[in-house]
Amino acid sequence: MFGLRMFPGGTHPHERVNGKSVNGGNAIVDLPAPARVVIPLQQHIGAPAKALVKKGDAVLMGQKIGEAGGFVSAPVHASVSGKVVAVEEIEVAGGARTQAVVIENDHQDAWVELTPAAHPETMSAAELQQLIREAGIVGMGGAGFPTSVKLTPAGDKVIRTLVINGAECEPYLTADHRLMLEKAGQIIDGIRLIMLALDVKRAIIGVEKNKPDAIEALRACCTGVGGDGITVMALPVMYPQGGEKQLVYATTRRKVPAGGLPIDVGCVVCNVGTVYAVQQAIREGKPLVQRVVTMGGLVNNPGNFMVRIGTPVSALIEACGGLQNGTKMLISGGPMMGASLHSDEVPVTKTTSGVLALGDEAIDPEENPCINCGRCVKTCPMQLVPARLDLLVRNGDFDQAEKCGVLNCMECGACTFACPAKRLLTQSCRHGKRVISMRRKQEAAKAAAEKAKD
Amino acid sequence: MGILYAALILGAMGLIFGLVLTFASNFFAVPANPTRDAIRDVLPSANCGACGYPGCDGCADAIACGKAPVNACPVGGADVGAKIAAIMGVEPASGADRKVARVICQGDCQSAKIKYVYTGIQDCVAASTVSDGFKSCQFACLGLGTCVKSCQFDAIHIDPEKQIAVVDEAKCTACGKCVSSCPKGVIELQYASAPVALLCHNTGMGKKVMDVCKNGCIGCQKCAKSCKFGAITMENNLPVIDREKCRGCQVCAEVCPTGAIRALQTRRVAEIDQSTCIGCTICARNCQFGAIEGSLKQPHKVNAACTGCGACAEKCPKKCITMKDATAPRDPKAAVEAPATKPVLTKPADKA
Repeated sequence: MFGLRMFPGGTHPHERVNGKSVNGGNAIVDLPAPARVVIPLQQHIGAPAKALVKKGDAVLMGQKIGEAGGFVSAPVHASVSGKVVAVEEIEVAGGARTQAVVIENDHQDAWVELTPAAHPETMSAAELQQLIREAGIVGMGGAGFPTSVKLTPAGDKVIRTLVINGAECEPYLTADHRLMLEKAGQIIDGIRLIMLALDVKRAIIGVEKNKPDAIEALRACCTGVGGDGITVMALPVMYPQGGEKQLVYATTRRKVPAGGLPIDVGCVVCNVGTVYAVQQAIREGKPLVQRVVTMGGLVNNPGNFMVRIGTPVSALIEACGGLQNGTKMLISGGPMMGASLHSDEVPVTKTTSGVLALGDEAIDPEENPCINCGRCVKTCPMQLVPARLDLLVRNGDFDQAEKCGVLNCMECGACTFACPAKRLLTQSCRHGKRVISMRRKQEAAKAAAEKAKD
Repeated sequence: MGILYAALILGAMGLIFGLVLTFASNFFAVPANPTRDAIRDVLPSANCGACGYPGCDGCADAIACGKAPVNACPVGGADVGAKIAAIMGVEPASGADRKVARVICQGDCQSAKIKYVYTGIQDCVAASTVSDGFKSCQFACLGLGTCVKSCQFDAIHIDPEKQIAVVDEAKCTACGKCVSSCPKGVIELQYASAPVALLCHNTGMGKKVMDVCKNGCIGCQKCAKSCKFGAITMENNLPVIDREKCRGCQVCAEVCPTGAIRALQTRRVAEIDQSTCIGCTICARNCQFGAIEGSLKQPHKVNAACTGCGACAEKCPKKCITMKDATAPRDPKAAVEAPATKPVLTKPADKA
């Protein structure tokens, strides 16, 4: 029956050299902290954090250097001990600009006083949520939505199931895979803590079938610590299995409505990386200052690294023995959804799951006219018609594109991957979404101006 | 014979239907507002929506009901405004200076640095979804022509050499379509008659701007300090030019080290009519630039330091100073020291 649990559409991106097959065997190695870290104050969705330190301040590892700037926001912590040398604007992967705290490392790794929760099992849900919030934990799968907000159900929404994302469907990336193998016990413990914070009785870990060792490891821990209500589910290998809506459907057979969130069908989805961070925050009192990053593609020694937040990508590349000849593009994240980097000076953030060096295959080939083959339609996991959306957006008919559901596109890139004419369908959808949001903003501004006039 | 019947029957039916329709159209007639129709005829029928109403019909309705001013149509400009004022029987709105769209970026392919090679969809919005655009300056015009597509009046184009958008101010109607279509917010509606304009909106400072563009505003404040009329204030590291105070001396554009402030009009210079000048020195004392020389009671002369601010012409009691287009570039070194105090003699005006 599990074999049938499939979302519609999907594709199989190639696993090329240095892809999962190679990287899956590479154990997580601690990357030495660099001489200088650049910690952006906005690494999450929502309001940017407000800097708590200024130039010249001495900071300890794990010290809070940015206060959450609102409800949907997350604090930021120092990932090394040392001296703040600047608070300046930088550009992060994806092109967004944000203030960042630059810390010169004194290589002492002196932690602030850690206050692990003594008996988290006896704590109330609200207290646990507060701990998670203070630790600055955000969705580490890539979106960066503040976890504490996710765990605080709004209004009358009832949460019944906690879905843990261990699918890791993007090619090359093996960070979650290694984490599940090496920290299975902590992950199961983390899941139990989140279940307490959410007050739910059921948790399902979704793992793609191509990671049998991880499934095995998690199952072993489930029975070992009496993981009541925790199920490890082997899912078919299909991109984008790790998409929130796809995962909820695959694990619970519930369809998240268009424009809705998993909470609308009683689910909350967390990445295994996030779960591990929650476990560390509650049991050890450690805020989120490091994460596992896969370094893959055309590097001499690909691998998985435990990297301090704020480490420049260049340090990561150096640790892997440098780039191979023929590298054309650096990508932060997976090859399907990641953002290409224009500089290797951007820092690793809470949401950087991998850094990939790709060659010629990453360069967009010349576009050809659509041949109406319908492969994009078949592939789209959101059941959209990418070819039609592409046509509408390129001809400027954004109203019609909106009616055809362009806002439901999650930019997974499956259509572009499947297109034999090499059309940039995903970028078209992104373009359409951007224009629609621009128009909405302008309309809202106009309405606000008119309201002010009256 | 049969064909005659058919013709007769059809003809009779036509007559009956015609009568019914005539009756119906009179009986159910909706009283039309002749003012509204007249206004609608005058409007340009571009249906661009720049007035904020849904098309020209909506605008005509609003003007006829008095909800919108007679110059509500930015496309028609003063002409249409005057015509509508005549229809409405009111004074044409005065002082409505024409606005035009202006591209506030000079980061062309020579001066702005390129961040990466962009190969995707040739559209500014699409390009800005990839690492916020391919130019190092986050504020720069990407020059892929989203604004060109949005313009109904063929007034904006991509300069083939510079690869940035350029507005044809003669054709521009200030409808604002390009402004809202630009993902970089690089187009602004400005007064067409402004003597100078800041053509950069990078809020960065100094080296940060210089690193990404040769023509960017580096926030050095030279313009603000050099303005004799206090028309320039700094906001967000960018100069803001007060239109009320600006006299068009263009000194700010002259001192700008990067050319971010540009003079948009030909410089004016003062000319003193030698036959009517009585040498009262009022003009020389009012000149901020030391551009008027001549001794007391002798006809005065304007030297090459004149900026064309017009302060002298305004103060001249004899109205013997006229402003003309400059023919030679200004030479600030020609400035002389202005007479500091009032002459102690009797008023020259009394003697004359």
